[in-house]
Amino acid sequence: MMIKHIRTIIDKEWAEVFKNRMVLFTIIFMPMIFTILPLVMLYVMGEAVGDMSGGTADVPQAFLAACGGLSGMECLQIYMVNEFLILFMLIPVIIPVTIAAYSIVGEKTTHTLEPLLATPISTVELLAGKSLAAAIPAILVSWLAFGIFLLALPLIGVSRGVRAYIGGPIWLLGVLVAGPLMAVASVNFALYISSRVNDPRVAEQISMVIMVPILGLLFAQLAGLIVISVAVMLIIILLLALIDVGMIYLGVRIFQRETILTRWK
Amino acid sequence: MIVTEDLTKVFKIGKKGKEEIVAVESLHLSVKEGEVFGFLGPNGAGKTTTVRMLTGLIAPTRGRASVNGLELGKENRAIRKCVGILTESPGMYERLSAEKNLSIFASLYDVEDVPGQVRKFLQMLGLWGRRQDPVGSFSKGMRQKLAIARALLHDPKVLFMDEPTSGLDPEAAKMVRDFIESLKARGRTIFICTHNLDEADRLCDRIGIIKQRLIAVDTPAALRQRLYGRKVVFHLRELNSKWVKVVSALPFVKEARAISERLVVSLENPDRDNPEIVRCLVKVGADIQFVGELRHSLEEIYLETLRDIEDER
Ligand SMILES: Nc1ncnc2c1ncn2[C@@H]1O[C@H](COP(=O)(O)OP(=O)(O)O)[C@@H](O)[C@H]1O
Ligand SMILES: [Mg+2]
Repeated sequence: MMIKHIRTIIDKEWAEVFKNRMVLFTIIFMPMIFTILPLVMLYVMGEAVGDMSGGTADVPQAFLAACGGLSGMECLQIYMVNEFLILFMLIPVIIPVTIAAYSIVGEKTTHTLEPLLATPISTVELLAGKSLAAAIPAILVSWLAFGIFLLALPLIGVSRGVRAYIGGPIWLLGVLVAGPLMAVASVNFALYISSRVNDPRVAEQISMVIMVPILGLLFAQLAGLIVISVAVMLIIILLLALIDVGMIYLGVRIFQRETILTRWK
Repeated sequence: MIVTEDLTKVFKIGKKGKEEIVAVESLHLSVKEGEVFGFLGPNGAGKTTTVRMLTGLIAPTRGRASVNGLELGKENRAIRKCVGILTESPGMYERLSAEKNLSIFASLYDVEDVPGQVRKFLQMLGLWGRRQDPVGSFSKGMRQKLAIARALLHDPKVLFMDEPTSGLDPEAAKMVRDFIESLKARGRTIFICTHNLDEADRLCDRIGIIKQRLIAVDTPAALRQRLYGRKVVFHLRELNSKWVKVVSALPFVKEARAISERLVVSLENPDRDNPEIVRCLVKVGADIQFVGELRHSLEEIYLETLRDIEDER
């Protein structure tokens, strides 16, 4: 394994991919929307605090228990905010899909894959380079969006209790640990899909299937079937870690030079 | 430099790999250092497959090969390090500059002085002034030369070129051919796949004709001779059919035929036998205007060879 080869691939991917408007658009606007939307909603809720005394009626019972000593209003906000957490976790899922879909299928359409495979680079180095090139920006952007979100909270008058919750273990685990793990799963999935299709848009659309389990989590929580607690988050992280290890193992086994060359057409 | 023994590739296709395509069958080949070897065959003959096997991109189904003394299958990474390949459709990163394209490959090939080597080739190709331009803006010929340069960055021991001039207009093709000739002049070992006979004739020291199996290997001149023997043409002022019989009767003449006013004679050794024929013709009263060798174009030989193969099957 040569770090230099991996760095060369990452460098090349970034030089190429970031010249693509579609990709840039996804990387910039999607996180922006996912950051601004929660802020606006929290701000609106804060303004409306006066006429919402018994507003906790909508919040599932299981969640109220989890709120502990917080006021009803704060509890409602946290309930809302937990849905936003899931939006934040979507950032590292969507961005890598976009980048990976374009980077692999692009390689096919330009016929650069064979010259690339003819170099002394190993397939593991190649896949690592491609994966990291897609995962790193996704993770950084999701962290950046989260940082902006945190900094903006006091400005829109969100209470100390809610802020402490957002800066607490559930969110930190979600954004700092689960997010990157999801990015890895997402990249591997997108690499796999784009090795089978020829159109970057199709690759992207199919790869978006990976969002389904996360959206499932979102709806399960909305329906009160599940409450994201530290324990639930740790289970999610464990599952993701297992999925990642499995996917990387499979990926390295599946993507042999000959397969890449003769199937990635 | 390149040695293959019984090198074979069978592709399994269709559902559950039930159907088989024999792309290359039992190839025995040996290419010497400094040689320019032409691999000549029609579409689907197995040229690309052979090059892919020899550059460690795909694994042979059977047989063995070594490149630069390195065993295929065991030392593939080392082989890739010391060979260069111009693939059949050599893509470039269109949005990236010529310089960036070459730099990426130079560093993947572990070239010591990446900027220096990239500059050397860009200057050699006369592209230094346009090094910052995206490759997408280059002409086909320029791109092809750039692709060859990309294959040469690490100073490979062997250069494989898969149809280096196909799809180029005549001018671009000439540009690329001249470039290959200059590489040849510098003593590089080159393995060229082509279905262009002129190209093979002009560039190659030896030619292998392939159609799944290797049909013939030799120098272009020897290929001509081997298939047709040597033929000498005697241009006469007037041709008398009796003279044909007289010449045919000479012991060393394999065949003599009249074609309009010319007498075409097949000989084993024209240098030795021509004077005797001239003497004989003069004696019977023929006016000899001109004596020359009948050269066959490689194309005729090639088509003939392929026809023989078809007949055999
Ligand atoms: N990856 C592959 N899968 C199945 N068949 C293949 C594959 N690559 C080449 N072939 C078949 O092998 C034969 C030789 O192909 P190729 O080596 O590309 O010929 P050439 O380069 O001489 O035109 C053809 O019949 C082709 O269809
Ligand atoms: Mg070919």
